[in-house]
Amino acid sequence: MFGKKAKSRMVFLALFIIIATIVITFILRSLDENLVYFFSPTEIQNKPNISSNKKIRIGGLVKEDSFNKNDNSINFIITDLKNEIIVNYTGLLPNLFSEGKGVIAEGRLKDKKYFIAEKILAKHDENYMPPEVSKALEK
Amino acid sequence: MFKNFLPKKILSSSNKLINNLLFLMIFIIIIGLIFALFLSPQDYIQGDSVRIMYVHVPASFLALGFFGFIGIASILNLVFKIKFVTLMAKSIAPIGCVFALISIITGSLWGKPTWGVWWAWDARLTSMIVLLLLYLTYIFLWNYVKNFEDANKLTSIIGIIGLFNLPVIKYSVDWWSTLHQTSSISLTSAPTIHSSMLVPLVIMFAAMIIYSLIIFYMRYKAELIKFKINKRNKNN
Repeated sequence: MFGKKAKSRMVFLALFIIIATIVITFILRSLDENLVYFFSPTEIQNKPNISSNKKIRIGGLVKEDSFNKNDNSINFIITDLKNEIIVNYTGLLPNLFSEGKGVIAEGRLKDKKYFIAEKILAKHDENYMPPEVSKALEK
Repeated sequence: MFKNFLPKKILSSSNKLINNLLFLMIFIIIIGLIFALFLSPQDYIQGDSVRIMYVHVPASFLALGFFGFIGIASILNLVFKIKFVTLMAKSIAPIGCVFALISIITGSLWGKPTWGVWWAWDARLTSMIVLLLLYLTYIFLWNYVKNFEDANKLTSIIGIIGLFNLPVIKYSVDWWSTLHQTSSISLTSAPTIHSSMLVPLVIMFAAMIIYSLIIFYMRYKAELIKFKINKRNKNN
């Protein structure tokens, strides 16, 4: 059906695609640590040595009833339902920040259980619905 | 359907089709915008900013899809030497490029009120920038490499390389933790977008497809004519 030349080009391209896929997979795997945008509290817990000087991001859900504000400093807990980290923050919160919802904090770890944030980002999920539907679902 | 895009068919077709498509597009866009801006509800947490989705999602989808087309056309060109498919790819590239740009700009506008930042270097956003750069490289090579055969080869290589970026964009939100949320629409499970919000999304998607068809058709026809003229000049 195909000419000889086309056949050899096909084989070459197939080989190229297979090799490139393998190479890219390896590169992406080895870069894994740098490709993630944030760590979960469990990942922080499992890290053997973690420096408190390096800026990192942690993410998870804002624990229900953990939010409290005194003067201008804010405290809340980020949880991934297995481990928790207390976050301390001074500054403005994004509009979508709320208890039970996703959040990402950027800053430095004081220790594995206490995080000083310099920036707070709200992370929302892939669910979109009108308020009435959300209320009906809650009931 | 593919036969309709053969050079002979395109060159002998009239422009009436374009006019009809244009009216259809305007009609669908108006309906889509009425749904997107007025009839569809607010989101339960995002409020009105969810309406950016009706431009953002179709634009992103088409930007990816068109590069997929360019990639496949590049393979057909390099392996099977089917020339007119790269002229199709060349014609579709600027459309995909604009959609990639729209996706990034609307995403940024959406990010500020929801996430709290215009931009974040997470895996999804970064791989999307890579897609935009690939589009720009592809278009740049077509414009600045004067010899047709050289340009044809170089752009096809970019097209094939770019194919590898597509699954990375698509699955970046599943493979790595990202700021960007995961997909709401998939082939395997029910969409996590409420039906009242799915309606404007689908209508806007249709409008953008028709828009792309119109621009593609005009560009492709022009490319074919240019190709013929160059060939004739060479022969004389």
